[in-house]
Amino acid sequence: MAIHEPERIWWNPLSKDERVWVGVALIWMLVSFIFMPVYHLVGSQNPPSTTYSVKADDFDKLVEGMVGKYKVGEENGFPVVHPDPSEPVFIRASMWQWYPILELEKGKTYKVHLSSIDIQHGFSLQPINMNLMALPGYDYVIKLTPTSTGEFHIVCNEYCGVGHHTMVGKMYVK
Amino acid sequence: MANTDFRTCSLSGLKIHRSSELLIRWNLIAAFATLAVGGLMGLLVLLTRWPSVHLLPVEHYYRFLTAHGLDALLAWIIFFEIALVHFTSAVLLGTRSYVTWLGWVAFALMLIGGALINTIVVLGRADVMFTSYVPLKADPLYYLGVILFAVGALIGFIHFFINIVLSKRDGGFKRSLPLGSFGLAAASIIGILTLAHGAAIFLPTLLWSMDVIPTIDPSAYRLVFWGLGHSSQQINVCAMVAVWYMTSAFVVGGKPVNEKLSRTAFVLYILFINLASEHHLLVDPVLSSWHKVVNTSYMMHLAVLASMIHAFAIPASMEVALRKQGYTRGLFEWLKKAPWGNPAFSGVIISIVLFGFLGGITGVIFGTEQFAIIRHNTFAITGHFHGTVVAGTTIAFMAFTYLLIPFIFKRELIWKGFASIQPWLYGAGVATLSIGMMSAGSFGVPRRHYDITFSGAPFSFTFDPAIDMFMSMMGVGGVLAAAGGFLFILIAFGSIIFGKKMEQR
Ligand code: HEM
Ligand SMILES: [Cu+2]
Ligand SMILES: [Cu+2]
Repeated sequence: MAIHEPERIWWNPLSKDERVWVGVALIWMLVSFIFMPVYHLVGSQNPPSTTYSVKADDFDKLVEGMVGKYKVGEENGFPVVHPDPSEPVFIRASMWQWYPILELEKGKTYKVHLSSIDIQHGFSLQPINMNLMALPGYDYVIKLTPTSTGEFHIVCNEYCGVGHHTMVGKMYVK
Repeated sequence: MANTDFRTCSLSGLKIHRSSELLIRWNLIAAFATLAVGGLMGLLVLLTRWPSVHLLPVEHYYRFLTAHGLDALLAWIIFFEIALVHFTSAVLLGTRSYVTWLGWVAFALMLIGGALINTIVVLGRADVMFTSYVPLKADPLYYLGVILFAVGALIGFIHFFINIVLSKRDGGFKRSLPLGSFGLAAASIIGILTLAHGAAIFLPTLLWSMDVIPTIDPSAYRLVFWGLGHSSQQINVCAMVAVWYMTSAFVVGGKPVNEKLSRTAFVLYILFINLASEHHLLVDPVLSSWHKVVNTSYMMHLAVLASMIHAFAIPASMEVALRKQGYTRGLFEWLKKAPWGNPAFSGVIISIVLFGFLGGITGVIFGTEQFAIIRHNTFAITGHFHGTVVAGTTIAFMAFTYLLIPFIFKRELIWKGFASIQPWLYGAGVATLSIGMMSAGSFGVPRRHYDITFSGAPFSFTFDPAIDMFMSMMGVGGVLAAAGGFLFILIAFGSIIFGKKMEQR
């Protein structure tokens, strides 16, 4: 019994039921395990892994550089930027804003650089529900090809202080 | 060893030493008290997340959420586990708890640490969630509290090994531990490894908060923190599975059908479970994809296989035992005639079913790259772990409490009728809460979020209206769970204080 010492010899062979169960479970486990690398190779929904380390000041300069060059408008005090797909695109997280508002073109592929200049934030693109971490000190590079047009929002989904729930940004795909 | 310090429990036949009895009692009392506080915080947080109630002001919401995570996840669970350490390394073996002063040192450290954490959090000097991701900074005393608690817990788990070594010397067992003790041995091994990660991350963070160290790398913090945070969930799984086996033995006389199989499964947990910790980091920068795939693989899912084995072995042990009692008609007479009115039995069955279907399956799914990117930090994750650590571990521990109160406190349960519905009430509540959270999360609703209508934000965004229903489902389920939890606390403390004293030999 689970509450008594087992009998002298407990290294007994498995019964048929047990062998069948363990066998089926093992096959199931192996199949689901193998699909982890397989999906990574054939699937198109993998989290990116390209990362650079970056200082907050330097990242800030890159962001402002892009805004200066490609600003096309303004909304609620946030610049709207229509960048060239051949150049890197930046999104800056800080307490408590996503900056700037990007305007991307459907079907073009962008390299979006994501970083935070203060604490950790969570990049959550809605309503498609794509979630990535924005960490200070690291520039996370996302290869992004918008497949549908419209208006998207970036919600912060990592706790970042009392203003956390007001940290909403915007993105357009034209 | 003075023999007069032993008594024989008239219900279970266990030989219980005064030293173990006191340690178990006080660890349990601390566990129930922290569950009461943690549960109350859970209710307040719930009533804030429920959009039609939205109870607390913003600072209090984050403060109480931090406290809820710490009291429920850290304090309640680990105090109970240290009680289980003494139960399985002394009481089950019929020997005593040795070096009792060490047990009390562990208890005192955990108590002081827990009190310090709660004080600092309630004072508003550590609104950082239990994860305290740097560079979000809390008062140094907060980190000190966590360290004190963790060192206490570490000593508690080490105590397991002191006890069994000396117990063997005194003839407590000859060759192998009983399976229940074996499960706690696995839990204690994982516990010691895990708490080493805790030291590796909380000591530097303490120094950083005192400005001794200039910076802590946020990515490295997350990696080592989850070496603590995830692996410690495996302490809970091992302890919970051990409780499943022991309850089957105490309540229906269930015997593990094959000791080899069940023990091998525990060893798989020890070996491979740490290869899951990185699923918290799947959508982090820095780590490469292949690094993540390997370190979220449970080593070819062999640690999941272990759970599949227990899921077979425990119901099988119950079936065999009940059939031996004569319930042999048809395929399912044994199931119909099982002691459903006994909350220890029904609680364990509810725990097995909900842990498997709600917590386990979603865990394996969300732990893949492609799912992490559409579920990370959404409410679905909160739904997942209320399936594991609440519907699984907490309900199993509640069920075992109904055995420990007579065995260890020598009291009869009060309100037996209420006790027999308590696991059903709590289980139904938590299941509804968890499914509501998971469904809302699949529409992108974030976890740890004060206001999903985003009042005060520069841009407004509205989630799919379907979430209204799921958030209400969470609310209703949570209120039921809180009622079930409150009932548990009343029964536990009520029985300890007012329960009828039981005759002892
Ligand atoms: C009365 C029963 C309970 C209710 C109603 C409840 C409800 C909740 C709610 C609403 C949240 C908030 C999620 C958010 O806003 O992000 C939460 C978080 C959490 N709960 Fe519970 N809970 C209960 C019991 C428990 C228990 C027993 C445990 C542990 C064993 C637990 C562990 C946690 C943890 C670890 C979190 C995450 C905290 C964080 O994100 O920092 N809960 N719970
Ligand atoms: Cu943020
Ligand atoms: Cu945030």
